[in-house]
Amino acid sequence: MSQVNDFAFKVATVNGTGSASANGLLLQALFRMGIPVSGKNVFPSNIQGLPTWYEIRVNKDGYTARSPHFQLMVAMNPKSYQQDIAEVDPGGWVLYDSTRELDAEMRRDDVTFYGIPLAAMCADRFEKARTRILMRNIGYVGALVALLDIEMDVVAGMLEEKFAAKRQLVDANMSAIAMGYDYAKEHFECPLPIRVERMDATRDSVMVTGNSATALGCVYAGATVGCWYPITPATGVMDAFTEYCQQFRVDPDSGKNNYCILQAEDELAAAGMVIGASWMGARSFTPTSGAGISLMSEFIGLAYYAEVPSVFVDVQRTGPSTGMPTRTQQGDLLLTAYASHGDTKHVCLYPADPKECFEFSVAAFDLAERFQTPVFLVSDLDIGMNDWMIPRLEWDDAYRPDRGKVLSAEDLDEMDAFYRYLDVDGDGIPYRTLPGTHPRGSYFTRGSGHDKWGRYTENSEAYLEVVDRLVVKIRSAAEHVPQPEIHTVEGGASVGIVSIGGCHWAVMEARDQLLADGLEVDYMRVRGFPFGEAVERFLETHEKIFVVEQNRDGQLRMLLSVETGCPKEKLVSIRNYGGQPLSKEHVLDPIRPQLEVVV
Amino acid sequence: MSPSARPVARHPRMRTNALGLTPRDYEGAMSTLCAGCGHDSVTAALIQAFYQMDVEPHRVAKLSGIGCSSKTPTYFMSQAHGFNSVHGRMPSIAAGANAANRDLLFVGISGDGDSLSIGLGQFCHAIRRNVNMLYVLENNGVYALTKGQFSASADVGTRSKKGEVNRHGPIDPVNLALSLGATFVARSFSGDKRQLVPLLKAGLAHKGFAFIDVISPCVTFNDHVGSTKSYAHTRTHAHEVVETDFVQLKSRITADYEGGSTQAVTMHDGSVVRFSKVSEDYDPRDRGKVLRYLREVRNRGEVATGLLYLEESYEDLHEFENTVERPLVELEYETLCPGSKALAELQKEWW
Ligand SMILES: Cc1ncc(C[n+]2csc(CCOP(=O)(O)OP(=O)(O)O)c2C)c(N)n1
Ligand code: SF4
Ligand SMILES: [Mg+2]
Repeated sequence: MSQVNDFAFKVATVNGTGSASANGLLLQALFRMGIPVSGKNVFPSNIQGLPTWYEIRVNKDGYTARSPHFQLMVAMNPKSYQQDIAEVDPGGWVLYDSTRELDAEMRRDDVTFYGIPLAAMCADRFEKARTRILMRNIGYVGALVALLDIEMDVVAGMLEEKFAAKRQLVDANMSAIAMGYDYAKEHFECPLPIRVERMDATRDSVMVTGNSATALGCVYAGATVGCWYPITPATGVMDAFTEYCQQFRVDPDSGKNNYCILQAEDELAAAGMVIGASWMGARSFTPTSGAGISLMSEFIGLAYYAEVPSVFVDVQRTGPSTGMPTRTQQGDLLLTAYASHGDTKHVCLYPADPKECFEFSVAAFDLAERFQTPVFLVSDLDIGMNDWMIPRLEWDDAYRPDRGKVLSAEDLDEMDAFYRYLDVDGDGIPYRTLPGTHPRGSYFTRGSGHDKWGRYTENSEAYLEVVDRLVVKIRSAAEHVPQPEIHTVEGGASVGIVSIGGCHWAVMEARDQLLADGLEVDYMRVRGFPFGEAVERFLETHEKIFVVEQNRDGQLRMLLSVETGCPKEKLVSIRNYGGQPLSKEHVLDPIRPQLEVVV
Repeated sequence: MSPSARPVARHPRMRTNALGLTPRDYEGAMSTLCAGCGHDSVTAALIQAFYQMDVEPHRVAKLSGIGCSSKTPTYFMSQAHGFNSVHGRMPSIAAGANAANRDLLFVGISGDGDSLSIGLGQFCHAIRRNVNMLYVLENNGVYALTKGQFSASADVGTRSKKGEVNRHGPIDPVNLALSLGATFVARSFSGDKRQLVPLLKAGLAHKGFAFIDVISPCVTFNDHVGSTKSYAHTRTHAHEVVETDFVQLKSRITADYEGGSTQAVTMHDGSVVRFSKVSEDYDPRDRGKVLRYLREVRNRGEVATGLLYLEESYEDLHEFENTVERPLVELEYETLCPGSKALAELQKEWW
């Protein structure tokens, strides 16, 4: 087994022991060596003391989807030894802390065990109990530097940067690195056949989480009011928004904030605050997860019907109910598309990585204002909370927000009368005014029945006129949401795959493999809802379509069958919904046998 | 056919305020509430208060939840911006709207069902945030719009129209607001315009959350013998603790300003509230004493009214959040977007 720059390993630790920063250090070192890399944090919904894992995949071809095959296990948590050791690929390696020897029955014959007495060595070297625990993590980083042939200079450089202001921390960390490194060099066969070698494939890339990128998108879009109620995995969005606002949005003269962040009492209130702020004309948003969307639903219907632009970020986690709050899923596709009672339908954007989180969050505000309706940015835990390697973000300074049809005081001066819900242009989108602009601009915003003049009504015809216009309006958004990404073979294949969001990377990898094996398949990733022409066409032009998604009930397949003309029978469902991000095996295993029959 | 605007033929001698507007300019659509409904009297008092305060109608945001009471923003100031939200959630709309545009005048109208059961949480948190708004709770002891079920403000022993007796202890919004740190707490009666109008005016001038609980009888479902929220019961049990006179900034010089038994508090905008104490030992600026006093009044089965507590110096939402003086909605995009250079710079930290 010799795999240079092509393997995956997993670190098993206890949460609350500071292993996250050690694992981050590893990921960053590999990235700085120019090697494509991805990290997946598998953590418990708990603050301290439970098993936690970090998976790192190194891949010279740039495949960053999760790999469920680990050649190396860094087993630092005796409580999870059994499952961790069982998970290593045959022929692989287990690095464990030999301060306490492994029970004989844990051992396997088909893997190599390397014991390193990290706890004992830390006890000798470091005074404080907390330091000993922290440095044990840095110790395994040192051992991995030797085992995987990571460049020591890169690691040292990162520590210098990280602790620039605290010399003694650099020294302590370096000493722990050396401790692990020297021990490994002396006792193990270094480097292992799975190892890294410097490349030049990350020069134009950056590493960031989807949540940070989403928050930055909100800053760049000009959002001024952020409202939220803490919930994993969406909390990082508001943490990052706060940080960027403190950096970019404090008025230098007064020291006061050009933004307002309201931590609401619950998600109902967060939604209300967003709608209130948006009604006034601010760009406002709330980040939440599925449970929050459930609570916001009544308000979402109000925003839809009263036509208040508003942005909702749903960082999906595993449902139903509280579900598995620290595991990923795409279980809110139907919820976000149709949130609230009565006939409603919403504009949704489905980013596949942090780059699209950034771009789509800007687009979300433009679409919300243009179509005067709630817009959902539908992300997930995997995209939101993990560090992703993405092309460096770019910004066009010529960008100006699309505020849609907003009447100014001057416009109103020249008008005889203003009616909020009148379809003046025949495109289903009425004009709106911002409160306080002009005496003639006033109108009544309400979620109760209203006619096109903006008056309360219980009259059927008057009601129908407004709700039927909404259908036209939302349908017209289909050609303005991000269009699908489509990959076809020359001449087009008869079989297609459709997926959504973070499934993308595993599907791309799986498809490459199918193509390499001579099995032709086309691929479409939908990026926005409602579905437009391009989606219809792809479905029409393929005889059999595999719909790959991460929920139990095949929600994307349902959406496609209800919202397009595609017969349901053509759509074959491929689902993975146990809480782990998709990997190519989830796609290949069920598709390959069916493909060979078709071709 | 578009709804035609109301004819603007004005009687030449119609009185006007400092903006040249007549009381009519502060009216709204025709009320659809029952004849004699307390809520309509509150609407009339609001119209008077806004007129007298020379408020520019289009600079007002009037908000409500759902209920008979929450319908009333339609019935005053047609030129103000209205927002009829969902049941019990008006405070969050108001907080977000106020965060975005601090320069407008915010008025929230709610009911006892809207504020004390479904919306109790939002009501409490609006107080904690000290959202700068006038919040009027039109309190009739029932869910009127759903036909008369007891609300959370119904007193123990009060009798419904159908004859049921309420046995659950009431939530007293005044007591609650005081406990939560509200900075302006008043109670009044829809049938007492003399008291209500100055209270509304003082509430409009107050910086922060001005709360007025107005006993506002429901003639259809809760005005019978045996109800503690009827006109008759309220008239005989209302106990005016402090008499409040509101002296608006513009007329301050001409107002006769006497000392002695009166206490005066200067409002944020320079207006003055004068308290003439009806009860000797009452101090509307001592929260602890007010709470104790109100408990005694309550134990006697009476309803304390007046501007019960006032604190002018507390921080409001914008001070808590340290927002700029200019409304956020007025900030130019150029000052909000960090631009491409900053993005490139920032990404240097992204490894
Ligand atoms: C979510 C929701 N639940 C229930 C209702 C039904 N509902 C409408 S008004 C109301 C009670 C209103 O009582 P209150 O606020 O005291 O107003 P009043 O009619 O007494 O003035 C209820 C329960 C609703 N509109 N929304
Ligand atoms: S039912 Fe009661 S509260 Fe409603 S309008 Fe009639 S009198 Fe007023
Ligand atoms: Mg009521």
